[in-house]
Amino acid sequence: MRAVLELRNLAIALPRGGDRRHAVESVNLKVDPGEIVCLVGESGSGKSVIAQAVMGLLPPALKVTAGEILLDGEDLRLVDEARLRDLRCTRMSMIFQEPMTALNPVMTCGDQIDEVLRTHTRLDAPTRKQKIVAMLERVRMPDPERLYASYPHQLSGGQRQRIMIAMALILEPALLIADEPTTALDVTTQAQILELIRDLQRERGMGVLFITHDFGVVSEIADRVAVLRLGDLVEMGPTEGLLRRPTHPYSRMLIASVPSMVPKHRDRDAAAQIVLRTEKLSKIYGGGSFFQKARPVHAADNVEIEIRRGEALGIVGESGSGKSTVARCIARLIDPTGGKVFLGPDEVGTLASRLLRKHRRRIQIVFQDPYRSLNPRRTVGDSVIEGPMNYGLGREAALARARDLFNLVRLDVNSLDRYPHQFSGGQRQRICIARALAMEPELLIADEAVSALDVSVQAQVLNLLDDIREKLKLAMLFITHDLRVAAQVCETIAVMQKGKVVEYGPVAQVFSNPAHAYTRELLAAAPGKGWDFGHFEAA
Amino acid sequence: MTARVEDQVEIDVAATAAAARKQGLLSRVAKNQSVAIGAVIVALMMLIGLAAPLLGTVDPKAINPVVRNVKPGIERNVMQASGEMAPRKFWMGTDSLGRDIYSRVLYGARVSLIVGIAVAVISIAIGLTIGLVSGYIRWLDGIVMRFMDGMMAIPAILLAIGLVSLWGAGLVTVIFAIVVPEIPRVVRLVRSVVLSIREEPYVEAAISVGTSTPLILIRHILPNTLAPLIVQGTFICASAMLVEAILSFLGIGIPPDVPTWGNIMAEGRSYFRIHPHMIMFPGLFLAVTVLAVNILGDGLRDSLDPRLGKRI
Repeated sequence: MRAVLELRNLAIALPRGGDRRHAVESVNLKVDPGEIVCLVGESGSGKSVIAQAVMGLLPPALKVTAGEILLDGEDLRLVDEARLRDLRCTRMSMIFQEPMTALNPVMTCGDQIDEVLRTHTRLDAPTRKQKIVAMLERVRMPDPERLYASYPHQLSGGQRQRIMIAMALILEPALLIADEPTTALDVTTQAQILELIRDLQRERGMGVLFITHDFGVVSEIADRVAVLRLGDLVEMGPTEGLLRRPTHPYSRMLIASVPSMVPKHRDRDAAAQIVLRTEKLSKIYGGGSFFQKARPVHAADNVEIEIRRGEALGIVGESGSGKSTVARCIARLIDPTGGKVFLGPDEVGTLASRLLRKHRRRIQIVFQDPYRSLNPRRTVGDSVIEGPMNYGLGREAALARARDLFNLVRLDVNSLDRYPHQFSGGQRQRICIARALAMEPELLIADEAVSALDVSVQAQVLNLLDDIREKLKLAMLFITHDLRVAAQVCETIAVMQKGKVVEYGPVAQVFSNPAHAYTRELLAAAPGKGWDFGHFEAA
Repeated sequence: MTARVEDQVEIDVAATAAAARKQGLLSRVAKNQSVAIGAVIVALMMLIGLAAPLLGTVDPKAINPVVRNVKPGIERNVMQASGEMAPRKFWMGTDSLGRDIYSRVLYGARVSLIVGIAVAVISIAIGLTIGLVSGYIRWLDGIVMRFMDGMMAIPAILLAIGLVSLWGAGLVTVIFAIVVPEIPRVVRLVRSVVLSIREEPYVEAAISVGTSTPLILIRHILPNTLAPLIVQGTFICASAMLVEAILSFLGIGIPPDVPTWGNIMAEGRSYFRIHPHMIMFPGLFLAVTVLAVNILGDGLRDSLDPRLGKRI
């Protein structure tokens, strides 16, 4: 049987001045018909570059320097642009990570799929439409006739990804390349899209090259797995075997870094002092104005939570559930429209901003995006000492505190005078933690603080947060969409849906015995839930 | 301990890469051909303006009816201050009053550059302040921006006519008349940058560590608006030089005896068919300077924002 896609000794050079000479080097990879091969790696490992090389979409700065890319035996390095155009969509197709930007906002979904057919076939208009509607049905879209005429902004993220899949598969290509197709989606939608890809792949017997960073997704969908590290393919094998008995130290480290779904046992001190308590906390957006009718959205609806000293509360939920709104209301980055926030004995939720200032330091927040949370034009030292100096600490004393904190977050104390771009994502997140701790807060809010990090770095940062919480007896509010992370970090957990807390309790109880239907749905959709990653069998 | 060592290595790698990148920015600006060409021509014009008295010029306002309408490159005998007659070559000819166009064009560079640079600096200084405040303080935004919309509706030329009749013609009047309609454009640019920067997490982090609003504006937001402003400044400078020439040409700018490129052209226009040189030389200098400033701005934009440069 001839492979749908075969890469032989593929090497792609990076432009000069990059951190290494090759984006990928001597990669050998085969995708057979009817199989899904997962390409796993951390950011910068070169996995997307491989996909782009196959599709002929490499940015001009990158050049394939050696090797062969065989699609059904035809070397794509030797064909011209016209032939490549012919092959795209008919023999190979690709779906992308961002369904929001991959579709043209000014064309209807039907027209965009129609464009593929107009370019590659000589079918007449009614036949094309019939084919498209049939395809939309195949990707399980409700009411395909209506969707044919809808614009992308009228659809949800999952529906847009289905449109992308329909477009990619309408000409029945032999190879589908999926570049992180579910990363931007919520976990329940992700489960549906994974199932859809799996079903369509079986039905048509096509080969799929599936790119992901998420081992949960790998365990759900892959037949074979290839692990990529800084452009080197370090290990490859059938999914089951590779996940249970990885041989290369890097794959072992990577898989072991995936947090377990089994909640970590923590002793709770029921008598500990309550640091934060909210009472009927609400935030309503869209109050209307002179020109607009009020169309209120309850981003947070009567949220009541409580965190004790030394304890972590996790708020989990999908995008738009209001979990970040709650965090931002508590940190008073936005003003709540109703309810109260008690910080110890003090009510801070309704305090005027002038009076709020002396309480600001007591709540600190670490944000999701490590690349945007530090001012690129200031040294990290200046960023860390800014807060303490605002509250009257002298520069020298503040710097001394910053050095202590850099020690605490395991960064080189001599790097205080460097700029943020000189640090990696994980290091920047540690700097942000140091900046928050410099204020000696009572409550630390982590708003998706590890979501943008690679899994190995995520594990380090989670360990660090754990240590700090132990040492300083901090109260933590942990906002995350990732149930695995919540299971490892939190004592109690609040599940939010559409602005409301639908379930609230100790993490072990919520995970083992979920009471609310939505919690059950979330747990069921978590990718790789049946796997306990990192408990390897002897090879 | 092993984690420590790995971190150290990581930092070193990142630091060298960053050093390379930082050096890359400077050398990118310097290496950019547009920047080099534009900067050299603009510097040359400045030098010409400054060194005008040393470049073989005579008094640009001196009228000499004996040598009216001389063609460029012709040599004539001219009475010196001492009363002797001596031959002098008129490189760019003379105008209808016998003034040396070469001297007038060289001295004219002063006015054009002063107007261009002054307008750019003043409108950016005012626009930056208003834009920062308007972009960051929400309740002020609506009021300030409606006022700016109103200002934008004032045409520079009409304003100049009004001001000249009020204050009389002069350099300050011209600069003021060009600055006023330019301010709202700067405000809009700064405001749009501020609106996007204020949503950055590092600004929110500054709020939550208790930094006061003025400090947030100066420390965290202002530095990020400078790159687009430098670029905008060059374009304002170029267009201000043109508007000054237009105003002077229309007789509502700088008084006619002061040599400016616009004035020289205004006087030459009645003789354009017989003596095209009267308009050609100042026009050439104006065109080259404006072009150079625009090229400089284009190059700066490309090198300060590499993403934009690649796209265009």
